[in-house]
Amino acid sequence: MSKYHLDYLEQLEAESIHIFREVAAQFERPALLFSGGKDSITMVHLAKKAFAPGKIPFPLVHIDTGHNFPEALEFRDWLAKEVNATLVVRKVEDTIKEKNLTEPKGKFPSRNWLQTYTLLDTIEEFKFDACIGGARRDEEKARAKERIFSVRDEFGQWNPKLQRPELWNIYNGRIHKGENVRVFPISNWTELDIWNYIRKENIDLPSIYFAHERQVIEHEGQLVAISEFVQPDANDVVLTKQVRYRTVGDMTCTAAVESTAANLDEVINEIIATRISERGETRIDDKVTEAAMEDRKKNGYF
Amino acid sequence: MDLLRFITAGSVDDGKSTLIGRLLYDSKNILVDQLEALEKSTKNRTDGSVDLALLTDGLRAEREQGITIDVAYRYFTTPKRKFIIADAPGHVQYTRNMITGASNASLIIVLVDARQGVVEQTRRHSIIASLLKIPHVVVAINKMDLVEYSQDIFNNIVIDYAEVAKQLGLKNVTYIPISALKGDNIVDKSEIIDWYDGKPLLEFLEEVDTAHDIDLDNARFQVQFVIRPQTEELHDYRGYAGKIISGIYKKGEKVKVLPAGLETTISKLEVGGREVEEVFAPQAAVIQLADDIDISRGDAIVKTGDTPVVGNELEVLLCWLDDKPLQTGNKYYLQHNSRLVRAVVRSIEYKLDVNTLQQQPVEGGVKLNEVVKATIKTASPLVYDPYDQFVVNGSAILVDETSNSTVAAVLLQ
Repeated sequence: MSKYHLDYLEQLEAESIHIFREVAAQFERPALLFSGGKDSITMVHLAKKAFAPGKIPFPLVHIDTGHNFPEALEFRDWLAKEVNATLVVRKVEDTIKEKNLTEPKGKFPSRNWLQTYTLLDTIEEFKFDACIGGARRDEEKARAKERIFSVRDEFGQWNPKLQRPELWNIYNGRIHKGENVRVFPISNWTELDIWNYIRKENIDLPSIYFAHERQVIEHEGQLVAISEFVQPDANDVVLTKQVRYRTVGDMTCTAAVESTAANLDEVINEIIATRISERGETRIDDKVTEAAMEDRKKNGYF
Repeated sequence: MDLLRFITAGSVDDGKSTLIGRLLYDSKNILVDQLEALEKSTKNRTDGSVDLALLTDGLRAEREQGITIDVAYRYFTTPKRKFIIADAPGHVQYTRNMITGASNASLIIVLVDARQGVVEQTRRHSIIASLLKIPHVVVAINKMDLVEYSQDIFNNIVIDYAEVAKQLGLKNVTYIPISALKGDNIVDKSEIIDWYDGKPLLEFLEEVDTAHDIDLDNARFQVQFVIRPQTEELHDYRGYAGKIISGIYKKGEKVKVLPAGLETTISKLEVGGREVEEVFAPQAAVIQLADDIDISRGDAIVKTGDTPVVGNELEVLLCWLDDKPLQTGNKYYLQHNSRLVRAVVRSIEYKLDVNTLQQQPVEGGVKLNEVVKATIKTASPLVYDPYDQFVVNGSAILVDETSNSTVAAVLLQ
């Protein structure tokens, strides 16, 4: 093999950096939507590399549902400081109060849907014209069809039938006033690619990605942590288990997996061995209807 | 491990979705819950079999209509390679999606129904493959199970397609008899098709040599973004960030900045914040220059003695991708990598029949999915190479400045 050869992770990295630079050059007010999960942490790492030795030329924006893992929030604040980035936090809680929205009910009161309201308000408040998101096309059927530069109308809506052709590595980010573009620099990465890259680059992650002890209940075959947001019913058996998280979303809609993987190598081995996909294993909300994501995206979701 | 991007093209009933489903399924890239969802949606079928095609159907709108409306990307990995599949729909009206999917592909799988042989769609897809210069072509002759695995039928299709390939100048064409439904010659070599001595499809995809698809001889670089930290310790830092389009750049080399034509030397090279001695395609790099020259986004840095074309009167092939027709005199933005310039279509010379490659006169405007030869004038010069020699530096798009849509794929001549 020639020394002028990039392996697959280096190729994916080069592509993502190229996309980050296009965003910085084409838009006046871009923002990186930061969830605290491994995908957005990887994006921050890529953005840092894209603009080094300068600082990342856009803020990290966190739409805080109020249902986050404390470990993820702590990590978020640490990371923003570490890379010297501006951190903008907007709370779903405030949107609920201001707009008099109805709080979700039930045992797993997910504010996932409500995030869209806060996100759209935040976009308006800061006049963001490009929002960089960490969605990957391998995650889900609707995402598999979305472009890297995905134009949203004034209501944040995605129209799958009217997508711009995206040719070669040329990204057309021209928009009308009021519209914005969602940009997905890690579209072509799979879950395993992300993990392998985290290992290769030695990227720090919140501790909940590794095995730890937690009190959980079992819900339809999934393990959900007991927290201030999820309380056991009389029928529930509270178990203490060694678990880790494969994705980090809200405590109300993210399930844990039983694991003893204490470091990256062990996590990666478990992922290679597992036969259940990431969203299926850990997202309580995607199982509702098969077209759940398609609907949410059409309505302005990430 | 490296990366192969390929596209699958076929007509509506050629079994394209089944083929992709089969590749994912047999290479164990389908996970339990996806399989469960699949079995759930297959419940209504009378024969109880799993419909692999459903694995690749995305949106509810599509499932209801049983069609594919847009390019979908699929991923799978074997111990040898990571694969990215652009799954483009086969309908005539969606040629623009195929172009989208094909523009980044190093390989195309052209599916042929063994019962139908080479049909109009096969030709159309192959013409697009040849226009876009996809380096490798696999002709997968599918549904062999429905023609009793006949070697004669396979051979006749090979003879027919070889004609098409010759006419189009397609190189590196490989023929594989398969049955996506039954799994013949997909992952494992078919026992029934014993007269075929080539590799099964997956093995071919794993081993096809793509190392030479990237040009390392001619160096091309375009500035995407200028990094100027303006901090105390990096007060005078000025780095030109961009992708190495092709070739290799070394520290100390003499370079020329185009279109201005000024010469200078490379003083420092960086990749991801780390200083390096040389950079090569397709790395995302930062170049620093010895002299303080006014350089902005879209300018090219090339080596002295190896210069691309610099010009603003362009001969182009246009693949029209918009519902609004193109008329002579229309104005657009032309985007060539990161360089955005105003452009006017000065003349439309002829239309290329994408079924026969014949040149035809253009009557009225140029419509969606038509390919035309045209001349374009840009407000400031482009630094480019002819697409036929240099895909990555010979491609551009046209953007409608009122709708902001991407309306054409531009192949610079």
